[in-house]
Amino acid sequence: MQHVSPIREPLVTGGKTYHDITEDVCRQVEAKPNARWAAALAVALVGLAIFLYSVYRTLWYGIGEWGLNKTVGWAWDITNFVWWVGIGHAGTLISAILLLFRQKWRTSINRAAEAMTIFAVICAAMFPVLHMGRPWLAYWVLPLPNTFGSLWVNFNSPLLWDVFAISTYFSVSLVFWYIGLIPDFATIRDRATGPIARRAYSALSMGWTGSAKAWSRYETVSLILAGLATPLVLSVHTIVSMDFATSVIPGWHTTIFPPYFVAGAIFSGFAMVLTLMIITRKTFHLEHYITLEHVESMNKVIILTGSIVGIAYTTEFFIAWYSGVEYEQYAFINRAFGPYWWAYWSMMTCNVITPQLFWFRKIRRSLTATFIISIFVNIGMWFERFVIIVTSLHRDYLPSSWAMFSPTIIDIGIYVGTIGLFFTLFLLFCKFFPVVNMAEVKAILKSSSGVKHHHSSHAKSMHGTAPESNTNTHHSNE
Amino acid sequence: MNKKFVLGIYDDEDVLLEAIENVRAAGTKIYDVFSPYPVHGIDDVLGIKRSRLPIVAFFCGLFGTSFALWMQIWMLGFDWPMIIGGKPHISIPAFIPVTFELTVLCAAFGMVITFFIVSRLKPSFKVNVFDKRSTDDKFVMAIEVKEGVTDMDALNNLLRTNGAIEVNEKEVIK
Repeated sequence: MQHVSPIREPLVTGGKTYHDITEDVCRQVEAKPNARWAAALAVALVGLAIFLYSVYRTLWYGIGEWGLNKTVGWAWDITNFVWWVGIGHAGTLISAILLLFRQKWRTSINRAAEAMTIFAVICAAMFPVLHMGRPWLAYWVLPLPNTFGSLWVNFNSPLLWDVFAISTYFSVSLVFWYIGLIPDFATIRDRATGPIARRAYSALSMGWTGSAKAWSRYETVSLILAGLATPLVLSVHTIVSMDFATSVIPGWHTTIFPPYFVAGAIFSGFAMVLTLMIITRKTFHLEHYITLEHVESMNKVIILTGSIVGIAYTTEFFIAWYSGVEYEQYAFINRAFGPYWWAYWSMMTCNVITPQLFWFRKIRRSLTATFIISIFVNIGMWFERFVIIVTSLHRDYLPSSWAMFSPTIIDIGIYVGTIGLFFTLFLLFCKFFPVVNMAEVKAILKSSSGVKHHHSSHAKSMHGTAPESNTNTHHSNE
Repeated sequence: MNKKFVLGIYDDEDVLLEAIENVRAAGTKIYDVFSPYPVHGIDDVLGIKRSRLPIVAFFCGLFGTSFALWMQIWMLGFDWPMIIGGKPHISIPAFIPVTFELTVLCAAFGMVITFFIVSRLKPSFKVNVFDKRSTDDKFVMAIEVKEGVTDMDALNNLLRTNGAIEVNEKEVIK
């Protein structure tokens, strides 16, 4: 029943028992906040304050507070929007796609990665809404009956597809995340001592008791939600890429965009997951749950998606030349050697070269190196969107309207501010929610902890033959 | 009416699965089993039928597809036709993204809401849990006691010989 693979490393180390998992994960929920957490929250709140101030300026004085001009009508706002949405995609990939592929290492990181998805999408949504200029009319993007003779929204527009894609993605991710949280909220509820905590977690746990029937349904729901979320996450970045690809701007009008954007999204998302996980495991002492094995697996995904992104950059360049379209050719020459050359080469260095270092096992398994490279990838992927958006727009068909873009302090404030918003939400999540999915980690413990559970031998001796009951065990036989 | 239960407490999933089989084979009806995580194979030994929630998801998804197509065709094709980029009023390929999103949205929400309803999950301040350790590290098998019918000693013995580390009694006030 307990198979210890000679090759595969255990997913949970340190000889943990079920109760240890509960203790280790509930600790930071139940304990008083530690100083490091409080300090981090203080910094994040400063970021949030910058965000609120910049939003106030944008709303009070209008979009003129941003550095946009007639030629470059999309710049940091859409760059940040795509960047944040892309970051969010790793959470869904880990929780949905890896669930479908039965990758058990996902269990200890999926909770935090999904939280990241939700918070990243919240940050992303700020940009298109603020770019509307009058966000209080944001509901106009919905097909609602109205007093203009029922003038409906334009369903032919990719921007409208985005409205549906992002809102569906957000709500389905939220539900998926919440379903997974219910059993863990029940665990916290049953341990809670204070009246407020008991009531709050009772309400959040929806009266979960962990009965066999409920678990059976829970597993079905998780599987179907994973099956729904998988094409959903691919559709979201496909539609985001169509915001560009369906236009006729040189550098945007390419069929490679959907797969290229999806790969880039997963690439940047995994980098962000690594950045967050390396900090979280250290802060909350989760080294036995988020092991080097996890980091290495994620780094392998980074090599794969980073290489796909690298090939996409090269293909774009080749196709621009091969197409024979002079505007397309100019757009790419301008990207690499025009006034924004520094952005292009930052992107190339961060996204194409740095992740290739992960071919070395030593680097793949080094936390410091991984952390640094993950930051590089985050920066590189921001530059990728900036390059695609700004360099394509700033010099289009009509040289008389060529222009440059430079951000204002408010542009920078909103971007830095969303990072503050993101970390505020993430830190609150870390404090009040279980950061590791306890139930799922317990479920893989017996087959993947590498420690013989003390009752296995007992069961064997009592009943003669081992029941073929634990489907997890096939994993360690590979 | 108060109900009385005997709780067999286990601390290993394989022992639990064996115990469920043996208890059921002995003719004892198991009220429910509570575990801290989904135990694989428990559905078979407890005789839990496969959930029909995927069917719910399918039909909710189908509703989403039809609703989205109807909405877009009616709005742009009939209620207020407009020429957009010289395309036909009803341009199905352009309607696919919204149709897909609404399919996923309806399927997911329809299934999850049904899941909450059939599992009676709703926010409440008071939750009756047989044994609080069942959300931590213990597996709890609950057997309903029928006054005068159930042989308590035999039941206790049955659970203990099948690996229960504790056998408790619990009264639930309805």
